[in-house]
Amino acid sequence: MATYSTNQFKSGLKLLLDGEPYSIVENEFVKPGKGQAFNRVKVRNLKTGKVIDRTFKSGESVEAADVMETEMQYLYNDGEFYYFMAPETFEQHAAPDAAVGENGKWLKEQDTCNVTLYNGEPLSVEPPPHVTLAVTQTDPGMKGDTSSGGSKPATLETGAVVQVPLFIQEGEVLKVDTRTGEYVSRAKD
Amino acid sequence: MTAGADWRPGASIQALRQRAEWRAQLRQFFDQRGVIEVDTPLLAATGVTDPAIECLQESVSGYWLQSSPEYAMKRLIAAGLGDCYQMTPAFRAGEQGRWHNPEFTLLEWYRLGYSADDLMNELGQLTDALLGPAPIRCRTYQAAFRMAGLPDPLLASTDALISAARTMPAACPLPSGMAHRALLDWLFSQVVAPQLPARCFVTHYPADQAVLARLDPDDPRLAERFELFIDGVEMANGFRELTDAAALRERFEADQAVRRACGQSVMAIDERLLAAMDAGLPDCAGVAVGLDRLFARAAGVESIAEVIAFPWARA
Repeated sequence: MATYSTNQFKSGLKLLLDGEPYSIVENEFVKPGKGQAFNRVKVRNLKTGKVIDRTFKSGESVEAADVMETEMQYLYNDGEFYYFMAPETFEQHAAPDAAVGENGKWLKEQDTCNVTLYNGEPLSVEPPPHVTLAVTQTDPGMKGDTSSGGSKPATLETGAVVQVPLFIQEGEVLKVDTRTGEYVSRAKD
Repeated sequence: MTAGADWRPGASIQALRQRAEWRAQLRQFFDQRGVIEVDTPLLAATGVTDPAIECLQESVSGYWLQSSPEYAMKRLIAAGLGDCYQMTPAFRAGEQGRWHNPEFTLLEWYRLGYSADDLMNELGQLTDALLGPAPIRCRTYQAAFRMAGLPDPLLASTDALISAARTMPAACPLPSGMAHRALLDWLFSQVVAPQLPARCFVTHYPADQAVLARLDPDDPRLAERFELFIDGVEMANGFRELTDAAALRERFEADQAVRRACGQSVMAIDERLLAAMDAGLPDCAGVAVGLDRLFARAAGVESIAEVIAFPWARA
């Protein structure tokens, strides 16, 4: 069982607390001049996203969570699981809906995603910061529209709906920022 | 990051110039009061027995970097030097954070014939000079707990402290295996300190937190120890000094017993300090100010790294 001492604490470190995986968001060393030292930390539950406060006696050992961030290629969705493949080992991992959540709408086959594994199982999936996706449905823009002013919804090949400029047509390929969910530009080629 | 890329100071040039001005101002403060500046060794044959302080050892000589100039200054006073002060680097292993740096600066001074109240008064003047005048409130350790809605720290059982800790509104789970003293420290830092007035003395600590302070002759459950808190951050710790060498030896031995029981390395007792006290330490009061913290408050910044030229990570 791997453990960390409080003097190794820093943001991003993964801890196992009450059987749940957490990531340190903030670590503060608190010590009265003549008394017991503590580490006061804010930790984020990697399953629920909830942030809680904890204190530890400085020097205490805390169990490490077996959490690994890896890059994997997204393969397909069979309606129940999203399948990813590790590029070097070709090992496949099935991520449930709970792990993928909202991010499912950005996943395009062959794209490389950030998959967080907890005890070897996918815990969360992060799409690339930018994806290029084709427009499958959007209302025609009005004649004479230029690149400025106005927007309309467009449905993309993965099912995501984004606001796009009026001049965008069905079948066009767009670059989208997955962190903000916003249209960036037409894809270059 | 390439090696050496962080060569620049952590503090701004402006803050460092300001720091130099504050130091000059402090020297003037003591000059005007006839308190003389002294230098004592940074490396000495012994460190402190205090279970809450880990000293750093210099590996060639085996000498210890001093966690405070207290013992050496008391030897000077016992030898007849009189009122004295110094601004000195001090060292404590593993203490690193927003308000901690393993190497930090202490301003420490001693006044012969002063009571704790006299010295608190003088510390108040110094604080006013550096931060601008503001009233300083005063609370006993006991009252500070009660006013924060906690049980009486002098009477409460360990169980009562644990259940109080669990019912605090901002409660977060207690670390496991907390002894009585650790619980008091936890409650003080998590609950009491954040609720103290902006500038506040905390006085009359429980006798088992006396460290090197004299016990109150009227109520030996209490020590004549005080601390200054500014915006909830500990700034200074002062004592009406214990002058009884035999009593101090007992406290040092008790420290060693605690360290032994906790599996910590046991520091040898500073026999020169005890011999000096045996020869006669005049009745006096002394205080140590965390100067980096005071400067950070004066500069209005939220970490000491912003007023230290090269904090630990860049040292």
